[in-house]
Amino acid sequence: MVLGTYKEVVAARSTDKQIQKLAQDGGIVSGLFCYALDEGLIDGAVVAGPSDVMWKPEPMVAMSSDEILAAAGTKYTFSPNVWMLKKAVRQYGLEKLGTVAIPCQSMGIRKMQSYPFGVKNVASKIALMLGIFCMENFPYESLRTFISEKAGVDFDLVEKMDIGKGKFWIETADQTLSIPLKETHGYEQNGCKVCLDYVAELADVSTGSVGTPDGWSTVFVRTDAGETIFKQAVEAGVIETKPMDNVKPGLGLLEKLATDKKTKAMKVIDERKAMGLPVPFKGSAEKEDPLANV
Amino acid sequence: MAEEKAKPRIGYIHLSGCTGDGMSLTENYDILAPLLTDMVDIVYGQTLVDLWEMPEMDIALVEGSVCLQDEHSLHELKEVREKAGLVVAFGSCAATGCFTRYSRGGQQAQPNHESFVPIADLVKVDLAIPGCPPSPEIIAKTVVAVLNGDMDYLQPMMDLAGYTEACGCDLQLKVVNQALCIGCGTCAMACQTRAVSMTNGRPEVNSDRCIKCGVCYVQCPRSWWPAERINKDLGL
Repeated sequence: MVLGTYKEVVAARSTDKQIQKLAQDGGIVSGLFCYALDEGLIDGAVVAGPSDVMWKPEPMVAMSSDEILAAAGTKYTFSPNVWMLKKAVRQYGLEKLGTVAIPCQSMGIRKMQSYPFGVKNVASKIALMLGIFCMENFPYESLRTFISEKAGVDFDLVEKMDIGKGKFWIETADQTLSIPLKETHGYEQNGCKVCLDYVAELADVSTGSVGTPDGWSTVFVRTDAGETIFKQAVEAGVIETKPMDNVKPGLGLLEKLATDKKTKAMKVIDERKAMGLPVPFKGSAEKEDPLANV
Repeated sequence: MAEEKAKPRIGYIHLSGCTGDGMSLTENYDILAPLLTDMVDIVYGQTLVDLWEMPEMDIALVEGSVCLQDEHSLHELKEVREKAGLVVAFGSCAATGCFTRYSRGGQQAQPNHESFVPIADLVKVDLAIPGCPPSPEIIAKTVVAVLNGDMDYLQPMMDLAGYTEACGCDLQLKVVNQALCIGCGTCAMACQTRAVSMTNGRPEVNSDRCIKCGVCYVQCPRSWWPAERINKDLGL
């Protein structure tokens, strides 16, 4: 299954006007975390918060809606969120923790839950993991190259970045610029090249931009825990949904992109194995399903 | 009267360790009483059982590394290997040497007690449970897996029995240098002495704080990846 295991997939967005304004897409992560906080389903969430440096996120423990919203929007560079989980449990004393995770982060968290070698009292406190789709990530200096050198924009003026329709988009207050994604190749994080997960297959609920129109998100409801919270949020009117069949470009595009990512990664994995380099995943020849995240 | 199925006989052997691993076992408050009453027999172990002669055991949890200058420890370890079906390196001192990697003798009252090695340097080890200490949860999961004969769950721990030369620098050598790091921060979270931090999305190890327990690398999603188990645990 190229999109992982899921119970339901829908197009969705937050109904909160403020969240819609701040969010990268449909505001699903912000909307669900704010709702879960209000309802006491979580008592805090690890999010990619702002730092002193523009567009360089810092993992933070958000314990109010304001703090959640301060972290809205995609930053296309590293935020080692998993690092904060232990701190959230130990120093903040949280019992029901939410966390947002890109696929590789969700892999670190799920492995820690199944095999918690040195991690006392953390595994069972993760109450809600919201995963976001991820094609690749960039070192901070790569972002600076795209913005300052390739697009010629002052870093401080950038209000939003987005990857879509084959381009890397940069928005300032008065203009929208883009560079072709081709020009970003070679600037990706190297570890991303063996990644076999596009749509955060291990999250409770995963969400992303591809498949739905601007202002909406594609949402996969995967685990029992995710289903419970997502259904409640929809019933409460915090999230509105549409069947995936009614929106364009729909699941087909998502399937294509996920297949492309996995096929490319599988090739890199096989090349690495041929060179004798370590890979944590099975080689394609040993797999029943070459596109499985194993 | 129906014959009861024999309960696994578990021994706890204390070499050059701090009893922290044994303490961590007892922190499974919720399941400890039924475990000890109904599921296993603790047949041997200082601090637990008043018995001098080492009996036959199904599983021996060995805590601590071995001092090569202490004949008694060497003898005890060899005896464990003879008398136990499964020898488990219980905690990082037994598994990787951990703190005791820094021992170098010169202290009263045994200035020549200088050399400490993980137990796998001297005897065959079947399973390693690294951690300083291993979490109560991983101990419980391991015992349950052993009781159920769940070898799939135990396989990574069997593989880890060979991971004796652990260090925070493994993150650099085996992950970053190998183009596998994705900056998730799991290593920094897992480090039990806060020796690992993240700088520009990469682990930075303070070698003065690192105790060579191996947990950072063991917990990294790019060192080994138990996909099937995770899907099963999540119901996916």
